[in-house]
Amino acid sequence: MTDFPAAARVELANGQLRANLHHATQTIRAKRAGVVAELPDWEELREAGRGIKADVLARLDEYLVQFESAAQAAGAQVHWARDAAEANAIVVEVARDHGVSEVVKMKSLTTDEIHLNDALAAAGISALETDFAELILQLDGDWSSHILVPAIHRNRTEIRDLFARTIADGPLTDDPSELAEAARVYLREKFLGARMGVSGANFGVAETGTICIVESEGNGRMCTTLPPVLVSILGIEKLVPSFADLEVFLQLLPRSSTGERMNPYTSLWTGVTPGDGPQEMHIVLLDAGRTRVLADEVGRVALHCIRCSACLNVCPVYTRTGGHAYGSVYPGPIGAILTPQLIGVDQAPSLPYASTLCGACYEVCPVKIDIPAVLLHLRSKVVEHKGATPERLAMRAMGWVFGSARRLRFAQRLGRVAQRPLVRGGSIRRLPGPLAGWTQGRTMRPVARESFRRWWSRRP
Amino acid sequence: MVEPAAMSTAREEILGRVRDALEGSTAPEPVVRAYRRAGDGDRSQAVELLCDRLVDYKAEVRRVAESDLPAAIAEVCAARSVSRLGVPDGLPHEWRPASIEIVEDTGLTSRELDGLDGVVTACTLAIAETGTLVLAAGPGEGRRALTLVPDLHICVVKESQIVDGVPAAFDHLGPVAQRPLTLVSGPSATSDIELSRVEGVHGPRQLVVLVASTG
Ligand code: SF4
Repeated sequence: MTDFPAAARVELANGQLRANLHHATQTIRAKRAGVVAELPDWEELREAGRGIKADVLARLDEYLVQFESAAQAAGAQVHWARDAAEANAIVVEVARDHGVSEVVKMKSLTTDEIHLNDALAAAGISALETDFAELILQLDGDWSSHILVPAIHRNRTEIRDLFARTIADGPLTDDPSELAEAARVYLREKFLGARMGVSGANFGVAETGTICIVESEGNGRMCTTLPPVLVSILGIEKLVPSFADLEVFLQLLPRSSTGERMNPYTSLWTGVTPGDGPQEMHIVLLDAGRTRVLADEVGRVALHCIRCSACLNVCPVYTRTGGHAYGSVYPGPIGAILTPQLIGVDQAPSLPYASTLCGACYEVCPVKIDIPAVLLHLRSKVVEHKGATPERLAMRAMGWVFGSARRLRFAQRLGRVAQRPLVRGGSIRRLPGPLAGWTQGRTMRPVARESFRRWWSRRP
Repeated sequence: MVEPAAMSTAREEILGRVRDALEGSTAPEPVVRAYRRAGDGDRSQAVELLCDRLVDYKAEVRRVAESDLPAAIAEVCAARSVSRLGVPDGLPHEWRPASIEIVEDTGLTSRELDGLDGVVTACTLAIAETGTLVLAAGPGEGRRALTLVPDLHICVVKESQIVDGVPAAFDHLGPVAQRPLTLVSGPSATSDIELSRVEGVHGPRQLVVLVASTG
């Protein structure tokens, strides 16, 4: 896996990316803040969301079995996949059983994670990505830099040029509605003739066997409604216990992700409904490292994630480097804690360091994942792998310091005094001794002269 | 085919891994649900709010008396040169305008649906706070493809069907949880081009909501 600091250096040099990212993340942040402020019970919803997810994980075996039997009773075929290869093999087999050589797909991080498209291609089956942004990336052979707005690093002129080269059959301006129309015309034919659809899922309901998908464009509805055969791939952590639990997540997710009160389309379906939608429905329950994450009592909260991407948009690291620097399907703060756990910290040792521990991600997370705490936990695991180093000791100390508000206040005061000889022109350019590596790729901000807490407490 | 034996092994192994992973963990606290279940129930406020939120998300909204629905539907169609309008099974006959060719969905193919100019349906309920229509495959609501493929969706909401928030909606939906449900909040949209919202990608690009008073 690529090294975060090295990849980030390359991405930071890309001015277009940085400008687009800045605009995009600022816009989404403002929209999110607006619609979150509309709800007087936002904090209560977050707490309920957190609590429900904690309950799901604590009784995951029971909920999985319950989900399986409810879905089967409604006519779905339920498959279990220990790893990516097993999941991919199941999808390939379903396609082969029906003699299908092209499937229509809606955006799914889970299918990206298991490299489903590559596996299908290797079996001679093409997977057509139907989300507007995913289509752009697929036509261009590029890959996603943001969970929610995957083509955040492409501007309209680039998209116009790409479409003119590939799918458009006439001249094209860079007017967004014209670009959307070109994609609509191209994909409409594909949807009408599609014989098999593939999707991920935002939620699976244990009680009823229902699958829930949240989207904007309607391509998800196309993929899950028009083809006669459908395969939905569901990470085992995506369950919620009861149907009514969705009343919490359908408030938390749209407001946190696109900054809308509700996204344009939310679809829920259970197994097969005669005369309505696919008459053959497969569900693949995917492990692929999730049980490994579950085994870590501190790290398992990463499985609470509902993939809203709010933490990306507030992250001072992500908003400067973009998603590619993380070298993983899950970028940003959530990627920094989820990816190393899914594939093993020794496989992605630099990711837990791709953060300044500022805590903004925790504040916006709709299910209250304490990302900084998990980062510190993972850093200590990374250094365990490497043996005792000054870095390790520093991390231990930091974990101890952050563990208590009083200790934190004390350390900040201490830091302000101790750093004085190092500060040059308002920033620390080089840390001394064995810690020099920390400041090689970036300038470290000195501890603020006045902490937020101190400023807050002496405010009128 | 993936061997059935391998499948059941995968199942047992994943469940086993889950149980191992959870062994010795402390049970979580009971879930605290202190969020709002329902507002003050003021009907006229809920109607206003729904209309406001729908317009905010670029739907066209008209308030009409239920008896005027055929005229209102005919007007909407005339304004858009719609000549062939799809209707689902169970749509009340007294809603249907006489001036337009009505096409019953008797299991039309996807391509036949694509040939319709629009579709008119009822809904199960609407959520004021989020500007959401809920279609639950009931009488007059149609199957999912019917309200997806045509470019215009005219949806009738009776004032009595409006609830104030998402939890109130789920109270009603419990009994039909296993039917196909579609929550629609404004027309299809993407924000993928430099974040400018473009109405209309794959679903209906025009959503017209007729809020009908029964009084
Ligand atoms: S960690 Fe929280 S904020 Fe980040 S994507 Fe997941 S749910 Fe959203």
